[in-house]
Amino acid sequence: MSADPSVPPAALSGEVSLPEKLAGVELVRSVRTPIRLEYDFIPGDASSGYLNAFADRKILGQRSPVDGAVFVPPRGVDPRHGAATPDYVELPDTGHVGGFCVTRLPIPGRDDLEIPYVSAWIHLDGADIGFLGLVGGIDTAQVRMGMRVRAVWKPDDQLGRTAENILYWEPTGEPDVPVTAAGTNAWHAKQAEGDQG
Amino acid sequence: MAERLRADLVLEYPFTRTTGPVIGAFLTGLREGIILGIRRPDGTVLCPPTEYDPESSEPLTELVEVGPGGELVSWTWVDPPRSQSPWDRPHGLGLIRLDGAATPMVHGLLVSGPDELAVGMRVTARWRSEREGHIADLEGFVPEGADQ
Repeated sequence: MSADPSVPPAALSGEVSLPEKLAGVELVRSVRTPIRLEYDFIPGDASSGYLNAFADRKILGQRSPVDGAVFVPPRGVDPRHGAATPDYVELPDTGHVGGFCVTRLPIPGRDDLEIPYVSAWIHLDGADIGFLGLVGGIDTAQVRMGMRVRAVWKPDDQLGRTAENILYWEPTGEPDVPVTAAGTNAWHAKQAEGDQG
Repeated sequence: MAERLRADLVLEYPFTRTTGPVIGAFLTGLREGIILGIRRPDGTVLCPPTEYDPESSEPLTELVEVGPGGELVSWTWVDPPRSQSPWDRPHGLGLIRLDGAATPMVHGLLVSGPDELAVGMRVTARWRSEREGHIADLEGFVPEGADQ
């Protein structure tokens, strides 16, 4: 074996020999390998509580009995400690952008998303982790970490038991959360405080 | 108590992958109606071909034609086929060691019932008339003589 990892192996450099029958034919270079999985999703108690509350324009999290950290969406456990989290916490529909991504290429199956669009980790006020949402109502170039946002909901008569009730998150115009306290930085800062205390 | 929620979900990715020269050559062969294996340093042939020798990890580069006939090494019966199966009726799935190859490959066995299959029987490739460089260019394998 070649010891130099910068030299591609012969099999990947195209130096293969073919039977004469294939002399001159155009070589296949790519292959379709679509995958498709159809399944029934049946949420457990924590997710059911979360989805049912959406019909009332409410966002529910759950509080860790160990240190009070609030998780949204709720999963029924604090995964750090393996502790059950039976207590729901109602969260406001305001928060900040903890991190984001501008997508400029269309995704198959999501023709409803007009490109470019911004997907972001939304850190709700009072929650200790973020959850995913779209950011709208602002030029994509203006989106920034720490930007304060609020939910834009579907009209009441279109609300269902789904997180799709929130169309997107729009800027509130309030001053940004400092980057050092935004997104997971806030979490790490809080953990460090806890370690010192 | 709230009604139990449920939703039909579909996860789907329309991947296209680049093949590299060895798998690309194998698929090129299928498109042209021949099956390729790859020669190991000891002279034996792997089919389907791999980019590396499974024992020494040395790159392999010499593609050779095998089949289209071969021996059925092992098989099972599939009834009914699953919704996304390449086959729309009950069929066998077999390990077929093609003539000239030392290793067997998996493919469909196109017979009307499991009583037509036996370990050690001779089978041969049946091709689709329209081929594009995909494993499904091979429709499957049939008992030798069945297509004559």
